[in-house]
Amino acid sequence: MATQDFSGSGQPPRRPPSSRPAGSRHGGQAPEWADGLRKLYDSVVDEPLPDAFRDLLDKLDRDA
Amino acid sequence: MAIHDLTAADRAAFKRELSEAIPHLRAFARGLCGRPDMADDLVQETLLKAWAAQNRFEPGTSFRAWTFVILRNVYLTEMRRNRFRGEYDETQAERILVTSETQEEPIHLADMRRALMALPDERREALLLVGAGGFSYEEAAQICGCPVGTIKSRVGRARAAVAAMLESSDMPRGDGEPAATAHAAIIQEMEDLAAAAALAHS
Repeated sequence: MATQDFSGSGQPPRRPPSSRPAGSRHGGQAPEWADGLRKLYDSVVDEPLPDAFRDLLDKLDRDA
Repeated sequence: MAIHDLTAADRAAFKRELSEAIPHLRAFARGLCGRPDMADDLVQETLLKAWAAQNRFEPGTSFRAWTFVILRNVYLTEMRRNRFRGEYDETQAERILVTSETQEEPIHLADMRRALMALPDERREALLLVGAGGFSYEEAAQICGCPVGTIKSRVGRARAAVAAMLESSDMPRGDGEPAATAHAAIIQEMEDLAAAAALAHS
């Protein structure tokens, strides 16, 4: 189903490095820190979810 | 228009999708405001608004993008109230860094985080969406409500700025290169002095 595109593994599809815009004068370093940027983001995605979020959704669902 | 018009199955499906979007909302929110506690507040507010607007989601479109638009609006509203600006929480940031398992270069991630938070908001947002969130330029443009060219420009400028910040940082890299360069410079200087002294004596 359509939701699989972004919900399955927590790893949204990545575009190949060649899609990096032309004109970057720092192409040699970009792949290294670009990976760091994704790690920063994914480290939050992979964190255990605080109960407060599910509790909130349950409450909204009950009140609906 | 009322939520009550939706069937129980609709609501269950919506709840599941919203639940699955939460980790991504948290990551985007933390990238935007830099503070885990406030980021989670933003996400909670986003969940409330998304829930109230659930009959406005168009099936077949990206659910995650839809929730990101809501989060972004919540964030911008808070920014206008000036509650988040310049409140990057270094202590919390380092805590996340330590608990991240897969990193080989912790010092590099810390640099990356500082560089990211130093970017102007619009560029940081564009870089987060495209460079970390996995959105296309077109999707990022829709989320931000601006032309695709604007997003491309912001991402390009953000990348150049981050690269420049990381290049100019004085973090030791452990490869010995700066020390070797300094050593060569000292040797060269001594040779120059010796040559000058020899000239003076001749």
